[in-house]
Amino acid sequence: MDAIIENFFNIEVLFRSRYLLLNGFETTLKLIVLIVLFGQGFGLIIAVLRHANRPFLNPLLIAYADIVRSIPILVLLMLIYYALPFTGIKFPRFWAATLAMSLNGGAYYSEIFRSGIEAVDKGQAEASRSVGLSYLQTMRYVVLPQAFRIVLPPLTSNTLELIKASAVASVVALPDILKLARQAQSLTLNPTPLVGALFLYFIILLPLVQLVTYFEKRFPQHA
Amino acid sequence: MDLFGIYFYFFNVPIMLKVFPSLLSGLWVTIKVSLSIIAIGFPLGLMLAVIRSMSIKYIGKPINLLIRAYVDLLRASPYLVLVSLVYFALPFIGIQLSTFWATVVSFSACLSAFAEEIFRAGIEAVGRDQKEAARSLGLSFLQTMRYVVVPQAIRLSVPTLTNRTVAMAKAISMASAIALPDLLKQARSAQALVANPTPLVQAAIIYVILFYPFVRLTLHLEKKMGKGF
Repeated sequence: MDAIIENFFNIEVLFRSRYLLLNGFETTLKLIVLIVLFGQGFGLIIAVLRHANRPFLNPLLIAYADIVRSIPILVLLMLIYYALPFTGIKFPRFWAATLAMSLNGGAYYSEIFRSGIEAVDKGQAEASRSVGLSYLQTMRYVVLPQAFRIVLPPLTSNTLELIKASAVASVVALPDILKLARQAQSLTLNPTPLVGALFLYFIILLPLVQLVTYFEKRFPQHA
Repeated sequence: MDLFGIYFYFFNVPIMLKVFPSLLSGLWVTIKVSLSIIAIGFPLGLMLAVIRSMSIKYIGKPINLLIRAYVDLLRASPYLVLVSLVYFALPFIGIQLSTFWATVVSFSACLSAFAEEIFRAGIEAVGRDQKEAARSLGLSFLQTMRYVVVPQAIRLSVPTLTNRTVAMAKAISMASAIALPDLLKQARSAQALVANPTPLVQAAIIYVILFYPFVRLTLHLEKKMGKGF
């Protein structure tokens, strides 16, 4: 028991590594905000484009969504960070991570938004087109507000997973919370900072988990 | 960059042939870990779900609270942080696991948390009257679960569970960060060895071949069950 407190919940070590941890937390927060925003925006655009059903665009969008969803997020990140520079395209760490995770998130979000758009009754879109709204106006004012409400539960759980996956940015040495916690661990020869990193993640993720559970109860998938 | 450059750096066939055996050995590790976490995570999750849905006298509430804490905390833990904790922190209290087992332990725990949630939703979705009917016919609680509720609950859980398991199998690539010799790790080593990123592209192609059928399958299952997600 003493060994556990000494090694995992050592207040003194945690205090000594506070700057590293908080610095990393800041980077992680920035990354999370960007990838959730870009991912959802990107996913929404793809979903709306796919719904428009253009003959040449659609297969491309489907291929994008399917291929990206078949590749692990870390593999995508490594392709962008380690392979792309050979073509002369080089991103700094932070933007490589943002790009990889937004691309990955976008593919998942696009599927979610698409299922929401499809769930809105076709008659409504037809009705609003026939009263003179353009395709985009129909989307903006009629379909999307309803679709968004329908997909709120999967949207939340997908966001949870995307945020969890953001920790892989540490693998390309982005000084995010996990990377700096590992650094603090080697400096203090004590793994408490790693536990600290996990708890900082909990601050963001535990409320999200509660939200997901709440949605699952309110809109049971198995009903 | 010209076409030859793209061929030379990303789709270099001689390099692909040269590193293929080592990538295959990595793929085998990825598959072994996936099967292990399924073999541990599913039964554990099902067990927790069944325990949580029976109300044992006196100790039922605290046990349920414990299970809920286990599930919520694990669902809120990023896989890579968890694997790092198991692999880098546990040795400090004398628990030294190999990279393989560190990965299996942390991912099984996560999968069991997801499975618990999914199975419990399935168990709850089976009509109450069925449980009552089974009990009034003289089946015990466990018999009711075993022969009436769980078979239906499992069928209801298939789409969501497939989804989760595929996501988890993909996430195993993160364990390459603790040097698990999986497909991604082997590709990275090969890339360093030949000074050419072709092995990474090759690994991505192998991942697509491996997971694309599951991505389509999940879509199909979701549609068949008439659900949005």
